[in-house]
Parts: sequence; C-alpha cells; structure tokens
Amino acid sequence: MDFEPSEDQRLLVESVTRMLGDQYSFAQRKTYMTMPEGYSTAVWSQFAELGLLGLPFAEEYGGFGGGAQEVMLVMQAFGRVLVLEPYFPTVVLAGTAIRLAGSAEQRQALLPAIAEGSLKMAFAHGERQARYDLTDVVTTAKRNGSGWLLDGSKTVVSHGEAADKIIVSARTAGDRYDEDGITLFLVDAKAAGLSRRGYQSRDDSRAADIALSNVSVSDADVLGAVGKGLPIIRSVVEAGIAATAAETVGAMEAMNEMTLEYSKTRVQFGQPIGSYQVVQHRMADMFMAQEQGRSMAMLATMSVDNPDAAQRERDIAMAKVGVGQAGRYVSQSAVQMHGGIGMTEEYAVGHYFRRCMVIERLFGDPAYYLQKLSTTIE
Amino acid sequence: MDLRFTPEEQAFREEVRAFIRENLPADTRDRMKLGHPPRKEDTVRWQRILNAKGWAAYSWPKEWGGPGWSAIQRMIFLEENLMAPAPEMLSFNITMLGPVLIQFGTDAQKQRFLPRAANLDDWWCQGFSEPGAGSDLASLKTAAKLNGDHYIVNGQKIWTSTAHNADWCFLLVRTDPNARKRQEGISFLLVDMKTPGITVRPIISIDGSHHLNEVFFDDVKVPVEMRIHAENKGWDVAKYLLGNERTGIARLGKSRERVNAALSMAHEVNMNGRPLIQDQTFRQRVAQLQVDMKALEITQYRVVSAYDKAKGAGKPDPLSSVLKVKGTELLQATTELAVDVSGPMATPIWAQELEALNEPDDMLEASSAGTSSYLMLRAASIYGGTNEIQKNILTKAVLGL
Repeated sequence: MDFEPSEDQRLLVESVTRMLGDQYSFAQRKTYMTMPEGYSTAVWSQFAELGLLGLPFAEEYGGFGGGAQEVMLVMQAFGRVLVLEPYFPTVVLAGTAIRLAGSAEQRQALLPAIAEGSLKMAFAHGERQARYDLTDVVTTAKRNGSGWLLDGSKTVVSHGEAADKIIVSARTAGDRYDEDGITLFLVDAKAAGLSRRGYQSRDDSRAADIALSNVSVSDADVLGAVGKGLPIIRSVVEAGIAATAAETVGAMEAMNEMTLEYSKTRVQFGQPIGSYQVVQHRMADMFMAQEQGRSMAMLATMSVDNPDAAQRERDIAMAKVGVGQAGRYVSQSAVQMHGGIGMTEEYAVGHYFRRCMVIERLFGDPAYYLQKLSTTIE
Repeated sequence: MDLRFTPEEQAFREEVRAFIRENLPADTRDRMKLGHPPRKEDTVRWQRILNAKGWAAYSWPKEWGGPGWSAIQRMIFLEENLMAPAPEMLSFNITMLGPVLIQFGTDAQKQRFLPRAANLDDWWCQGFSEPGAGSDLASLKTAAKLNGDHYIVNGQKIWTSTAHNADWCFLLVRTDPNARKRQEGISFLLVDMKTPGITVRPIISIDGSHHLNEVFFDDVKVPVEMRIHAENKGWDVAKYLLGNERTGIARLGKSRERVNAALSMAHEVNMNGRPLIQDQTFRQRVAQLQVDMKALEITQYRVVSAYDKAKGAGKPDPLSSVLKVKGTELLQATTELAVDVSGPMATPIWAQELEALNEPDDMLEASSAGTSSYLMLRAASIYGGTNEIQKNILTKAVLGL
C-alpha cells in the first residue's frame, strides 16, 4: 500500500497548478463563462500544450501514457478552480470509450486529434425517461443497407453543443432495460438529422439535448461490437465517477480554504468569527468530510482497473456515495459559514456549491447507489 | 500510489488469522462472539499466548520484546484480532506505558517493567483524570511532595478503568504548585497499587458493569526512582503518551464485527412477517454503515502508510483525530444497530434467566450483551480525548486557529 504520488506525478501536479494559477483566477473564469463557447479556447490550447488532453492515452496516439491516478490528480486541480473547458466529456468519457472499445483505425483517427486539441467530444447516453438507469435506452439504430439509421433523443449531454463528434448509444436489438442490444456509435456533430439545443447548466457549464432523426452512420462508426455497448458504457461511467470524485475533492479543498480565510477576516461581536468554537467545530467537521471524501476518491481511482468486477462495482458505488455526501456537506456548510455573502452570484463559494450539486447527480446520486449496495447485503 | 496489499502483507494477514484461529481459547471466542467483553482472565490468558509468540507488545521495537512490525502490519494484526473476535491487548500496558518507558525510562525502569507489562504479569491502570480535571487535564490537583528519597502523594483520581484489577498505576501528579504555567508543575509517577493509603472505590457504569473506579491517595509513599523523566516534566510524557502513534484508535474491526453480528441476528428476527434482513430500510442503513466503514478504512491506511514512510519520525498526524472521531461514531452507530435488531429483546438484563437455563440461549445472551456493549460504548466518544477535544485539536493543527 502506498498513497504518495510518484515524482512524475508530483511534477504533473506542479505544472497543472502553475498553469491554473496563471489562467484561472475566479475573475478570469468569469470572463471565460461569457465567451461564445462558454469556456476559453486559449486555455484549451494550453491544456493541449501541457499534454493534459492526451493524458490517459498511449504514447503511440500522441498521449502521455498516464492512468486513472494521473487523471485523478489533474481533475483534483481542476476542481479547485472549477475548470469550464470540456475536458471531462472529451478526455475522460469519450476518451475512455475509444481507448477501451475503439478499433485500431478509430483510435488512430480520434485519440491524436483529441490530444492535440483539435477534436472535442461528448458522450450522449442519458435519456429523459431513464433517470440513472444505464439500461434504459429507447433511442434506436435500425439497419439501413450497409449502415444504420439513428432515431431518438439524449438529454443533459455535457458540452454537447461544443462537441465535434458525439458518442451516441442506441438500441440495435432488444427492449427497453435489456442489457444486450445497446450499441455505441460515433456520430459527427454536423450529421444530417442531428440537432442540438444547448442550455446553461447550474454549474456554469453548457449542456445540450440532442435529437436524432434518421441520422445515417456507417458500420465503421460502430464503437465496439454491435449490441455489446453496455459494458463499455459501464466502464466509461466508472471512469467518470472516479474523475468527478477527484474533482469534488479539489472543490472541497477550495471551499474549506475559502471558509477558513473568511473566518479569519469576518469580524462580528468584536472578534473574527473563526475565534468562536461553534464555527471552529463546524470547520473541523468540514475538514473531516473532505478527508473521508478524499479517501473515497482514492478508492474509486484505484478501483477503475480492478479486474474483479463485483468488487470494482461495489467499491465504486461506495465511493460515489461517500464523495457525494461529503461534497454536499462541505458545500452546504461553506455557504452557511459565509453567511449572506455566500448566497451571492458574485462570490465564488456558491459556484462550488453548484458544481458539487451537479456532480452528485452525474450517473446516479448517493441514494441511487445506496439502494444498489443494499441489494448485495446478505 | 497503490491501494492493494502487497503479497507479503496478504501473507502476513493469513499468518495472523491462522494463528488466532488455532490458538484463541474456544470459551473466550464463544463468549465474545455473543458480544460479551472479555473477562480479566480472558485478556490475561490471550495476551500471554500472544506474548509467547512475540506479538503481544505489537508496537514495541524488537529490542524490548516487540515483533518490530511496520505500522501496516500492526494495523492488520489489530484488525484480525478484533474480527476474530479476541480480547484486545491491555492498552495501558502496550500502547501507553510501554512506549513511554521506551522513550523516557531509565534502563532499570525498562528492565523491571517492560517484560512484565508485555506478559501482563503486571496489570497497569492510568491515573490521569480527576473530579476537576477531565478534558482540562492540566488543571489536575493530586499533589506529590518530595520527602527525602520518596514522594508523598495525596489526592483523588476518577474514571480509572480497571483500577480494581490493577497491580500498578501510572499517575500524573502536581509536584510544583507554583509553576509559572500549570503544565510545568506536573510529574509522571509509577505507583504500586498495594502501597498503603490507596483506596479503590467502584463506579458502576450505565451498562451495569464495574469497569470504572475512583482512586484515593492518602499519604501514599512513592520511591523517587519510580518517577519517569525529570521532575515537573510529566506533561511532556503525558503528551507523548496521548499523541503516540494510534494505529488502532479507529477500532474498525470491532465495528465490522458488530455489523456482522447484527446481520446474522437479522436473519432470525422478523419485521412484518418477513426476516428483518429482507427489510429495505434496514438494508440501506447497513449499506450506509458499510460506506462509512470503507471511508474510515482507507483513511486509516493513509495514516498508517504515511507513518511508515516517515519512519515514525513525523509529528502526530492530525488525521489521527479524524480516526478517533469517525471511529468512535461508527462504534456507536454499529452497536446501536445491533440493539435495534434485538428489538424488545434488547431491554431486559436477562442475567438470572440465562443462569437458570439448562441449555444456552444464544439469542437471549447476544441481545443482552449487545445492549451492554451499546451502553458501554457511549464512553468511546468521551475517553481518550472527547470528540469535542479532537475537534479542538483539528482546529489548531489543521486550521491553524
């Protein structure tokens, strides 16, 4: 057992932190939010230059050859400043799907383009009626000569508007809830019949609904085997949970630092509020939640590659519950400790609150995973 | 970073588990499985078996009869011991007095007391708290006056666990009532409990057991060579004792064992005509506890592995306070679960009923013992620095306030 980052990992964190220190003050972030894409394309290029966009890809695809741990460290740093760029859907979600299921041609065509920053992607799986159920897919793909025709709609697709290519899940066989018969397709965002309606998400990022009407794709656009998409989707979701768990840890660190700083400067009844034990103990509780959450984020990261499927699913479900609850506690407390200023759009803490709220609901909330875990009790 | 146990660590766990399985006396194991605390003779017998194996003084260096384990090995050992379930080593001997003697003791003190502490030939107790000095330990008043080659001790200690079993007591006393700071007038003494002038009075706790005591000192003579470290430097010794590595503080194995006991009982009792184990609310409560235990397990691994990396030289890890608070919250939550599973059967004491039975009734006995354990462990968030004090420690150490 070993929890220390390696020398290379330390250097990675240093360079990411330095770059974000230059580029991601809360004031700078506010200007990125108002840009047409909803983020900074200049920062995106810097991610590429630093090698972050190819972080988990093999070197033969222009990648950095990193794994889940490197992604964890970067996502943690991103969480500290609430990065807006589409790193998560492009590199973590789509990147994982292509890395695990892509053919040699697909990898060669897509991964280097992601790594150099010229290709942004989205992962469109969730549907309105499905809530958190991964098998609830009613979007269809029907045989059309040597290709397929996609029909249906996807909802709350993170950065769906900005994506150049979208991974879409659709049913090629079976009924709603069937584990078999779901297939993943690589769809060009400009394909005829595909329309996107973008909107603002509570976490300051952009998301989109995607409608598919007779969208034509070829056999070469199938990602993985026909009808066997679900295991890939599950792996993508697991990687996504681990990455956003780390992001939550970064956000909790930032909120706790902000709260501590505020408690030293805000004077009431003639003293800084941090001198009052009731405030101190709340902050001690917030620190404990952060550390328990960090432990769980580490568990998720180190479980992603565990070949024992039952153990892996269980550990990741536990991590999802633990980090979600920790993030909720810390963000609610951070707003409370700030008082009125914490309620304002102008101040940072509320933005962290909302990002944690969005992450908590991504791929299933704590209640959903607790229910899942409860079915395994004997 | 690597969360997995190495093959060596895994093999070590197997070795410990096998040894405990083969050597833990069956009567001890059976009683503890029903949720009873170990009796004095259970603890003594088991610690001697482990000492013969060289494991009882698990945190001591080899030189003084310890196994020389890493912190991770110690954690594995404690976990397996609690899960068995087997009696814990007497913490006064092993995690408190032993390390203090090794750090501050003279050669004569070490040679006289360490081997006997490891083998539980001497049962030690801790004379720290006083009626007016609980969380505010430095306000203690029990006085020791130097008189030639010995001290004369007068005063009172309270909440002294197992003083009625004890052969010896390590004691904090005030040797300089006029010290500039009250922490600077305290000394650390070792006292033979058979010395004239010592009176031990039982305090019965809410679980009905006799575990706690008041100890009165009335002109008790303590030879000066029984002082550890310099006169008026006892606070340094106490701080070392309390801040010493606390691998076992979370007592996670105990919480796990309590959940397992609750689960097996949940198969036997009903909820609306079906076994309780099938009840969705119950299952979710267990799932939440498992999540919380998992988080604590990883945090404990982090503390232990950082300790090994620092070769034990670092200052006390503030995460130890997280282990104490979260660990005791879980001990309380898991014993509470076991009581809730027992339902109405948890309320009688059943002692006479059980004695009158010809056949053992495990359900009855486990219900009664489970309630005792729940009641007793309300103390877990009070002893060893209350959880509120732990938050004060975190406020200072982590927040810097």
